[in-house]
Amino acid sequence: MDPETKSGAMENVEDQSTERKGDFFPDDIDSVETLTEEGEARRLFLKQALIAGGGLAAANLLLKYSVHARSAANTVLAEQQNATPAAGTINVKLKINGKTYPLILQPQVTLLDALRERIGLTGSKKGCDRGQCGACTVLADGLRINSCLALAAAYEGKEIVTIEGLADGDRLHPLQNAFIKHDGFQCGFCTPGQIMSAAGLLKEGCPSGMTLRECMSGNICRCGAYPGIVAAIEEVQGAKA
Amino acid sequence: MNPFTYTRVSNPSDAVHQVTGKSDVKFLAGGTNLIDLMKMNVQSPAELVDINSLALKRIENFGGGLRIGALASNSEVATNLMVQQRFPVLSQAILAGASPQLRNMATVGGNLMQRTRCYYFMDTAFPCNKRVPGSGCPAIPGYNRIHAILGASDKCIATHPSDMCVALNALDAVVRVMGPNGERSISIGDFHRLPGDTPEVDTNLHPDELIVSVDLPQSPFAQRSGYLKVRDRAQYAFALVSVAVALELRNGRIETARVALGGVAHKPWRAMASEKILTGAKPDEKTFRAAAEASVTGAAPQKYNSFKIELAKRAVSRLLDQVANETSGGAK
Repeated sequence: MDPETKSGAMENVEDQSTERKGDFFPDDIDSVETLTEEGEARRLFLKQALIAGGGLAAANLLLKYSVHARSAANTVLAEQQNATPAAGTINVKLKINGKTYPLILQPQVTLLDALRERIGLTGSKKGCDRGQCGACTVLADGLRINSCLALAAAYEGKEIVTIEGLADGDRLHPLQNAFIKHDGFQCGFCTPGQIMSAAGLLKEGCPSGMTLRECMSGNICRCGAYPGIVAAIEEVQGAKA
Repeated sequence: MNPFTYTRVSNPSDAVHQVTGKSDVKFLAGGTNLIDLMKMNVQSPAELVDINSLALKRIENFGGGLRIGALASNSEVATNLMVQQRFPVLSQAILAGASPQLRNMATVGGNLMQRTRCYYFMDTAFPCNKRVPGSGCPAIPGYNRIHAILGASDKCIATHPSDMCVALNALDAVVRVMGPNGERSISIGDFHRLPGDTPEVDTNLHPDELIVSVDLPQSPFAQRSGYLKVRDRAQYAFALVSVAVALELRNGRIETARVALGGVAHKPWRAMASEKILTGAKPDEKTFRAAAEASVTGAAPQKYNSFKIELAKRAVSRLLDQVANETSGGAK
């Protein structure tokens, strides 16, 4: 990953915060090592869009592209159901948010990349991609994990829950409501990971002698929205207790 | 990440069979260290054997002590009631390490196999005798604030990163492993190695052996035990210096003592000289200071890490005082 490209991309989008719509955050421009043809096209597109000067135009293009990418991802999924694996690939069935996804993957594909690039669930974010920032946090059999350090193949058979699966239909999870109420975010990039980590914490409990902050230490917020994050989790914890 | 083949195994002997005679193969457990290193091309095995389906997750009573399956997660061990009550230092040490997400993924066996966090080892732009034997050690003339002050060699000054292993060294733990010729036991003190001339070899585990459990023997000192970790921030950082202490007190004297240091050497460091001073002595400040003074005997600091000597002494002295005066047994 080229950090300069990435931070450049982030600034570009940041400027458009008032125009932000949908899911167009180009967080993974150069981070996927094995790209499908579609991935290559997406990478090229994102670069062109950013070179074109950011701005509203780029934001709109990205929005359109992300819609296209999702329908394309669904096509790939459907095609894969009947395909035989190519050399070096393996069949992996992932259970995500109660739904089973049969995939054909290279063994090195992480759970995070499978979610984002193959299934189209881009709620889990790729921050550091090294298990240090927590933006990729999902639940596996109820326990929070860093999906960037998890090989997708090794998580076959586990019940994975991502931020997309946390709400009950249109009814937000209490943590989601509490994060909104307490302003538990600024840019929002770490928020899905923070909320999933908090959901894990509610189930796992914080070991005695440790503070809530210590039990959320696997999630970094570069905007520094920690007071709101802590207040949100404390409120939900209190309601449960 | 470089491509590799992926195989799943369902029992320990298949796992061993799968790696026997191969040089470029690794077991995959939690993956929190291995996958990270593979992403950075520090390691690039041709094959991963996924052992997560093996029935090695139990934590059970065994011969008066505890047997902890190699695949029990760090979280499971740290929150296990038997561990918390009878071996508090182990629970405290694990909770002092990593993040909740990583502790949920990481296993006991994997924790034993952790590689150093030396920044030169982690960065393929640099030479490193541990990563590429014979290529040199840039840490010795370089920035070596986090590096070893004890037991290092002119080939490598890396430290062992684990907190759990420091606690295991204070508990006389035994690592049970399975190889092509059956099982054997390795005492924790012999499990990790000093760098010497072969820093590329971290442990005395053979390449075709699988860790199956860590056994904690019953002991009169395990219950009165504690862990103190000193680092650059309050959570989620590796130790600059850490200490594990276990004491048996009887009739106003220290009957038995264990003192182990982390963050100071290529392996968790048993401070035998301290233990000798403590044994039979009165548990008072004078004794603790003398034991602390002896804990870093023979230290040879690098340019940027001489602070670790004083830091280690103060940590030892403070933890000894805390553990000796605990009324309930386990320190916090």
